[in-house]
Amino acid sequence: MKNISVEELKERARELRKTALTMIYEAQSGHPGGAFSAAEMVTALYYREMNIDPKNPKWPDRDRFILSKGHACPIQYAALGRLGYFPEEALHTLRKEGSILQGHPDMKKCPGIDISTGSLGQGLSCGVGMALAAKRDGKDYRVFVLVGDGELDEGQIWEAVMAANAWKLDNLTIVIDNNNLQLDGTCDQVIPHLDLTKKMEAFGYETYEIDGNDMEQVVSALDKIRESSTGKPKCINARTVKGKGVSYMENQLGWHGMAPNKEQYEIAMNELERGF
Amino acid sequence: MEGKKIPTRDGFGKAIVELGRENKNIYVVDIDIGKSCKTGEFAKELPGQHVNVGIAEQNGAGVAAGLATTGKIPFVVTYAVFGSLRMSEQVRQEICYPNLNVKIACSHGGVTPANDGASHQCIEDMGVYRTIPNMTVIMPADYYATKALVKEAAKTYGPMYLRFTRDAIPVIYDENQKFEIGKAIQLSQGRDVAIIANGDTVHLALKARDVLEGRGISARVLDMHTIKPLDVEAVLGCVRDIGRIITVEDHNIFNGLGSAVCEVAAEAGNARVKRVGIQDQFGMSAPYERLLEINGITVENIVALAQGEW
Repeated sequence: MKNISVEELKERARELRKTALTMIYEAQSGHPGGAFSAAEMVTALYYREMNIDPKNPKWPDRDRFILSKGHACPIQYAALGRLGYFPEEALHTLRKEGSILQGHPDMKKCPGIDISTGSLGQGLSCGVGMALAAKRDGKDYRVFVLVGDGELDEGQIWEAVMAANAWKLDNLTIVIDNNNLQLDGTCDQVIPHLDLTKKMEAFGYETYEIDGNDMEQVVSALDKIRESSTGKPKCINARTVKGKGVSYMENQLGWHGMAPNKEQYEIAMNELERGF
Repeated sequence: MEGKKIPTRDGFGKAIVELGRENKNIYVVDIDIGKSCKTGEFAKELPGQHVNVGIAEQNGAGVAAGLATTGKIPFVVTYAVFGSLRMSEQVRQEICYPNLNVKIACSHGGVTPANDGASHQCIEDMGVYRTIPNMTVIMPADYYATKALVKEAAKTYGPMYLRFTRDAIPVIYDENQKFEIGKAIQLSQGRDVAIIANGDTVHLALKARDVLEGRGISARVLDMHTIKPLDVEAVLGCVRDIGRIITVEDHNIFNGLGSAVCEVAAEAGNARVKRVGIQDQFGMSAPYERLLEINGITVENIVALAQGEW
C-alpha cells in the first residue's frame, strides 16, 4: 500500500479518464463506457493498494490485477502507461497494427498485464488459479479481479466464485463494476442479477457494497479488506455509472463501444477537466 | 507381448505420479472424474499439487491458466469430450493465445468409452485442437507410449492436448522405446503401401501389415502419435517412396490424422490417400470392437483398401 491521499487519487482518476478517452479518440475505436465506470477502482488499486513494481512487471511476489471485462482496457493501459510499465508514447497506439495495446489485453505483448482477457467470464477463473498458487507456495501476494456486472451472466463466473470459497482464498478480491448496463440493454432487462451483495454473501464471501465512483468509499473498502482476518474471499459490489464523467455518455447504452468524434471529444475532455 | 491389453489412461496415471514426485510444479487439475482418469494415486500422494474444481470444466481450464502464470505445469484431467468441446474456448483464450504451459490430458478418447454411448465418446477433439494456434495434439498408441509421451509433454513447454483410451488396448511397445513429440515412429519399412495410424488403431495397422505380408504386399507402418505438429517429413517419405497411403484413426475422418496427412500429400502431389476413421456419425452404446467395425476401422478393411484400386 502506498501513502497517497484521496484527493490525489481523484486527480489521478481524472487523468486516467482523459488518457483513456484520448486513446479511444485517436484509435476511433474502443469502449469508453465501461472504462469510465471502472476508473476509480482501477486508480485506487494501481496507485495505492497494490504491491507492484512497474520496473519489474513479472516480479513473482507482486499483487495481480485481472481485468476480466477486458474491453475496458484503455483505463488499465492509461494506468500502466502513466506508472511507467511501458513508454508513454505507446499510449497513442491503441488498436493499431503492431501495438502492445491490443483491443483487449494481451499479456504477451503488454507489460503489466497478468493474464490475457477479452472473452467475458474467464478472467476470474485465472485469478482463482493465481490466488491458489499463492496459498500453495506460502506467498502473501493478493489477486484483484475486476468483473463487469453484465459478465456475471456467464456460468463460468459462478464456477470460479464457488471454487474461491471452497479453497478459502482470502487473498482474492472480486470487484464488481456494477453499472447495470450490458450491450443490448440494462442488466435488469436482459438478465437481472438481483441483490449481488446478498448473493455473494450466500456464496461465502466477505462483501462490501459501495458507490464505486466515490474514491473515498473505494479506498475505505480496500482498507477494510487489507485488514480483514475473516479468512473469506472478498467481494466489492461497486455501484457505478457507465460512462461516468462525461454528461452525454453517462448511463447511455450507445457509449458501450463507440469512439467520440472531434466535437464530442473536445466536450468530453472539457467536462472531465472541469466537471459538469 | 501380443495379448496383453491395458487402457492407456493407466499409463497416464502412472506417469503423472512419477512426474509429480520429481517436480513440485507438476499439478493435476481434476474435474471430478479423477478416479476414472487415474489421478487417484497422485491426489493421495501429492495433495499439495492436486486440486479438484468440481464438475466445472470451464473454470478448470482458467484455474490451470492462472496456475501456469506462476510457473506451475498443470495437467487438466477429464474426458476427451469435455476436455475439448466443453472447455475449448477457455483453452483457446486463456491457454493457447497467451501460450501458457498447460496440458489437457484426457481419457475416453474416440469410441473407447464404448458402453457409455455417444454422449461420452469423442470423435471431434483432435480436429478442434488442431485448428488452435500454439496447440500440440498427441494420442499415444499404448500404455508405454503414453507413459513416455506424458513425460515428454511435461518437459516440453507449451499448451498440449493428450488423448488416452478408456478401454484396454494391446501393448505394442516396451518401456525402452523412445518417443519424441512431433516425430512419427516407423514400425516397418515397406514399399507397396503406407499405413499411417495413431492411438488405439496402431495395433490394427500392424495386424494389417502382417496379413498383407502373407499376401506378398509390403506395408510401411507409421505411428503418428503427434498429429500437430505433424511429422511432415515422415509423410513426405511415404509420398516419395510409395505414393499409396492409408490413414487409420479412432476419430472423425474430418480434421484428424487423415485430414492432416491429406493436406501434406495434396500439396506434395503424386500420392493417393485413403482414410479409415469414424464416418462422420455419432456412436452408441455397444462393444468397442463393434463400434470400430461399424465404421470400417478393422484389419479386414485396411487390408481390402491396400489391395483395392489405387
